[in-house]
Amino acid sequence: MSSDLIFQPIAQLAVALDAKKISSVELTRAVIARTRAVDTRVRAFNSFDEADALAQAAASDARRAAGQARGPLDGIPIGLKDVIAVDGQPLTASSKMLANFVSPYDATVTTKLKNAGAVLWGRLNLDEFAMGSSTENSANGPTSNPWDLTRVPGGSSGGSAAALAAGEAIATLGSDTGGSIRQPAAFCGVVGLKPTYGLVSRYGLIAFASSLDQIGPFARTVEDAAIVLGAIAGHDERDSTSFKTDIPDYRAELAARRGPWKLGIPKEYFGEGLDPEIGAAVEQAIAFYKKQGCEIREVSLPHTRYCLDTYYVIATAEASSNLARYDGIRYGHRSKHATDIVDLYFQSRAEGFGAEVKRRIILGTYVLSSGYYDAYYLRAQKVRTLIRQDFLNAFREVDALLTPTSPMPAFKIGEKADPLALYLCDIYTIGVNLAGLPGISVPCGFTQSGLPIGAQIIGQPFQESSLLAIARAYEQAHEWNTRHPIL
Amino acid sequence: MNYEAVIGLEVHVQVKTRSKIFTRVAAGYGHEPNTLTDPVVLALPGTLPVMNKAALDAIIKAGLLLGCDIAPVCKWDRKNYFYPDSPKNYQISQYDQPICLGGAVEIELPGSARNVMGEHKKIPLTRIHLEEDVGKLNHGTSDSLVDYNRAGTPLMEIVSDPAMHTADEAYAYLTSLRATMIYGGISDCDMEKGQLRCDANISIRPVGETKLGVKVELKNLNSISFVRDGIAHEIKRQIAVLERGGIIVQETRDYDGMTGTSQSLRSKEMAHDYRYFPDPDLMPVKVDDAWKQRLAAECPELPFDKQRRFIADYQLPYTLTSVLVWDRALADYFEEAAKLSGKPQAAGNWIVNDLLRELGNVGRGLSPTSSDAVSGVKPDLQTCRIRPAHIAALVKLVDSGAVLTNAAKEIFVEMFATGETPEVIADRKGLKAAPTDSNELEQWCRDSIAANAKALAEFKAGKDSAINAFKGPVMKAAKGKANPKLVDETLRRLLATG
Repeated sequence: MSSDLIFQPIAQLAVALDAKKISSVELTRAVIARTRAVDTRVRAFNSFDEADALAQAAASDARRAAGQARGPLDGIPIGLKDVIAVDGQPLTASSKMLANFVSPYDATVTTKLKNAGAVLWGRLNLDEFAMGSSTENSANGPTSNPWDLTRVPGGSSGGSAAALAAGEAIATLGSDTGGSIRQPAAFCGVVGLKPTYGLVSRYGLIAFASSLDQIGPFARTVEDAAIVLGAIAGHDERDSTSFKTDIPDYRAELAARRGPWKLGIPKEYFGEGLDPEIGAAVEQAIAFYKKQGCEIREVSLPHTRYCLDTYYVIATAEASSNLARYDGIRYGHRSKHATDIVDLYFQSRAEGFGAEVKRRIILGTYVLSSGYYDAYYLRAQKVRTLIRQDFLNAFREVDALLTPTSPMPAFKIGEKADPLALYLCDIYTIGVNLAGLPGISVPCGFTQSGLPIGAQIIGQPFQESSLLAIARAYEQAHEWNTRHPIL
Repeated sequence: MNYEAVIGLEVHVQVKTRSKIFTRVAAGYGHEPNTLTDPVVLALPGTLPVMNKAALDAIIKAGLLLGCDIAPVCKWDRKNYFYPDSPKNYQISQYDQPICLGGAVEIELPGSARNVMGEHKKIPLTRIHLEEDVGKLNHGTSDSLVDYNRAGTPLMEIVSDPAMHTADEAYAYLTSLRATMIYGGISDCDMEKGQLRCDANISIRPVGETKLGVKVELKNLNSISFVRDGIAHEIKRQIAVLERGGIIVQETRDYDGMTGTSQSLRSKEMAHDYRYFPDPDLMPVKVDDAWKQRLAAECPELPFDKQRRFIADYQLPYTLTSVLVWDRALADYFEEAAKLSGKPQAAGNWIVNDLLRELGNVGRGLSPTSSDAVSGVKPDLQTCRIRPAHIAALVKLVDSGAVLTNAAKEIFVEMFATGETPEVIADRKGLKAAPTDSNELEQWCRDSIAANAKALAEFKAGKDSAINAFKGPVMKAAKGKANPKLVDETLRRLLATG
């Protein structure tokens, strides 16, 4: 029974809950049992609070019994990346800096999930402050890929992807700054959606790079992703960068929108460095759409080769400033060895931050320094405009773009010791963040050694409905998401 | 050698808004430490700023009052530096695109005498921008505590051109700027509460030289008098250094107003690299013409303009205007009394001499050229029982001769205490001039003229003032209660016909 429940999509579980065939407490207990059984090996969670989850589940059951269920998410256990604030729960960003920090307030997405009746379940591991592509840069140690425990789950939202793939949650939330939802979704064989910048409020999301960060769902199916997106999207007066736009019923739109679509294949995303097995799987996905009557057109995004450089200037610049607040004065790690105030900053931050975070703070500080700003930050912002223009030009011809999510499948823990090698994991995902576009990774096969492969579909700004419908068309004709890792 | 000082002022003015600039928590002064905070003020992980439109309204209004160009877009930048009073370790400010550019502050220098208007000048402004205030450090013996109540209060930085040359000009600049901000309802500018803070950049150069000398920044000028004294002290110090054959080093100095001395805080080498960049959490805000026009409609007439108008329209003497115009409520009060009475100067005299005295303010100038301008307690016109209509009624009673001047003074004091109309008080206390029987009065007048042939001859010879000699005996006969106007009229009639 338990293992049946934990791998069911929200859409089915909601029907069972409404029909009183199962209770939320029962479902939550199954998730807890599974977590207890596998998480010592997967290590997706930084922390969880069983009593709190069960209390939420009981409240949900009471609502449903009283005929006051709040929709498909009511009673569904959803895990949150440990950068999203939940009132009264730890908020660590997988950093020693915030090891003992408990949030006194809810993120806007947290409030929205609570309003939708979801059972908030656990704090999920990540690369410290979301900086990384493997979840190895965590003060809590790495998370393992449920498909092969010697391999990484991707990152930075590796805990969110792994927990879902391992059946430790029914859906999860992550954040995506340069691919941090889509890449781990691909590595772990689940659906991961990065919404258009501004669709989901960032209030209560620990900032890495403000102009790139976006919260989004991990889910077993595209339909589930649509359900969760519908719950968390929308303008928030606490986030000036959140966009005032009507939020459609994404789930209903899925049924209403049927192709054929015009799909663009950006030639720059199929070049050197792409794993042949991934290339072949994505080619098959292209062939599928063609067979469905979609028009397939090769397009060019000529500034793609500048994406990585541009990203590492803008993201680190913003991060160097965003992370300045972690100083040990008001909260967070405070060194016991400081001699004066300046030393307190040096020591607390030296002790509290990991190597990758320090590397990025130093880089970001450098590019903003007097005399370098114009050459780096300002130049990068101009290139960013060109990158976005590339995408918008392509969208004059096509409805969406289809690419691999990652050039490689999940690699071994410890395999990529060189930071630059790790940065290359994100070459297909970073452009989407720089351009502020929505992107989704859907499972599109497995390597011969049994590792999941993801295909990325990139949509037009605020056209999540189309993006989800295109992804759904592929998903419905394939059964990749019916496979689960054996743990 | 003769030296000329060049002075520029950087003035920080807290904007009076209900809530803080980037969050909804209340702004205020004098509360228990760290009670005006929320997750945004404390820069908790995940929090974001959202602009308070009222703060932007206020600075645009300030810019319109000072004749600045208003930028079409309000853009925000981060100023990065580490200090415990800054919760995010960056301050949200405006770097390369301040919301206000240009403009000027009109000042009046001290006149040759108290009743003579001094020279007016316009001190050009470089820019005004908006930013967030920081918290406050309280240093103990072994530790320091931070109070974040002030953090996030909207703060304007008003930067003048280096266009002033004396401590008196700087003083006049600050008092005028302060009055303008108070007039516009932008800030209360209470320096004791830190609502107005001033730093001065001072350099000297030989007279005739056009290149600027090395500047010294003077900090902690926490009263307007300290600004004047500190600048005067710094100019003297720099001249003394040069005359000794020394050189001025670029540095920041701390002025101690109590001892009248200053000491070096830091040199130029220790200057920060603030790593300014556009704040990605805040969208630029468009400021269109309709927005500016709405605020322009709320802008009041400024004190110097009001002063010129009072002198032109009401023929008020300079001394009266220099008291009346610096407090907007007092000026409005005067204008109402002036209009109701039809005698602006009489009304002005009652207000400046008697009302302000009764309000505990006699002689306390609210004028920028008066040395007590800052410490002067504002008359509390709100609660005052004497309204402009009372002043007007009293002016009319005196003017008609129904009440004599001494009696009017007595009525005024009573009116201040009770709020009754002057007529009621005059009747109740028997202070009205006697309603004299015209036959009786005429007889007294005849008797007085007949008794003083000398004065009669003088009057006939054209000496008008000789008429006064007849009035004393008449008033004596009337036991002091005759209506002086009626006495004058009666005497003139008799003298003309007789």
